[in-house]
Amino acid sequence: MNIKLTINNRDMEIDVDPDEFLVDTLRKYGCLSVKRGCDTGSCGLCAVWIDEKVILSCTYLTVRAAGKSITTLEGVEKEAKEFTDFLASEGADQCGFCAPGFIMTVLSMKKEIINPSEEDILHYLNGNLCRCTGYKGQIRAIKKYLKVPFQE
Amino acid sequence: MITIKEYVAPAEIKEAYEILVSKKKNVILGGCGFIKMGSANINTAIDLCNLSLDYIKEEENEIFIGADTSLRDLEINEIIKKYCNGVISEAVSNIVGVQFRNIARVGASVFSKYGFSDLIPALLVLDAKVKLYNGGLIELERFLESKHQKDILVEVVLPKKRGQAVFNSIRKSSTDFAILNGAMFKGEDNSCKIAIGARPSRAKLAVKAASLLEKKEINSEQDILLAAEIASEELSFGTNLRGSKEYRKDMCKVLVKRMNKELGDHHD
Repeated sequence: MNIKLTINNRDMEIDVDPDEFLVDTLRKYGCLSVKRGCDTGSCGLCAVWIDEKVILSCTYLTVRAAGKSITTLEGVEKEAKEFTDFLASEGADQCGFCAPGFIMTVLSMKKEIINPSEEDILHYLNGNLCRCTGYKGQIRAIKKYLKVPFQE
Repeated sequence: MITIKEYVAPAEIKEAYEILVSKKKNVILGGCGFIKMGSANINTAIDLCNLSLDYIKEEENEIFIGADTSLRDLEINEIIKKYCNGVISEAVSNIVGVQFRNIARVGASVFSKYGFSDLIPALLVLDAKVKLYNGGLIELERFLESKHQKDILVEVVLPKKRGQAVFNSIRKSSTDFAILNGAMFKGEDNSCKIAIGARPSRAKLAVKAASLLEKKEINSEQDILLAAEIASEELSFGTNLRGSKEYRKDMCKVLVKRMNKELGDHHD
């Protein structure tokens, strides 16, 4: 099938199979930040934005993205850099495999929730799994990035 | 593995229904959140995205939720958050993560009659109805008991009930499938509804237990214990990898007591 879509502000016309998933399409077109993790919609590694909403690309059929705008980490490098500096300084980057999906979700949360509480942050990110860090460093980094007060 | 021969996104529901019933292997696509959990050879996958079914509307006596509404919209929508102390928002808030809830759809969650559904128990206690393209408007309770027939769920209709409702579940971690879940409603007229799901079969109303708690403004501790016991007896439970039949039966009592206590807290 031939569809038109926008990937990281670039208008494209591509041929896709009806059963092709977005994670595969995006990687095929050079968006290698999009990682395949569980591949069953559970871990958050493949998170990207469709029309500004964060979704899981491993269970999203590419044909459904026709006419839509997709953003991957490659499309928000400047914004992401600002946050990843906090991640690095908190020692929360570790192996980094979950980082792209995690960062896309954090940036989505920043747009969606004004002044999130720690509870809001934990709830918004509970679909992002990380097997290295134990999440503490990541939460510290997010709180510093979003200027959320630390509780005693 | 999933294979799809053809993908269509009709502009008319009539067309979508005709394609659906024209071949055995033609199916309606929901959010596709669980599409990789199974395997299927789909002939024509029908997407409802062009049917303008993504809405939450409030009228004088009812709330209408379109089939293409995402679970995330249910979670954050102000109408839903204010309705019966946000029981529906609360019920869907533990389903995987935000990214998943942004793609999962109300229609698919209800039409699939998933046993593990967190949404269905909440809808059951609120006396929800489902509007099917071919089957018309029927009570959710009746729909859940009915045999599977090819149809399109157009919308969920909620009567504007006056009262308080809560959702609770027992699960190993916040985003895991529930081992057992449930919802409870207490009306201003002292009516009561209790639904228990993830038994692991689909949610069902505990009618006898609820009738014990009805028509009384305040229930004694003994009433609650008895209602919890009755709920665990009148419903059937099963075993799967998340929990045994015996464990679920015991936990059902705990869940009923917890939900009743929470409702009490809401009244305060």
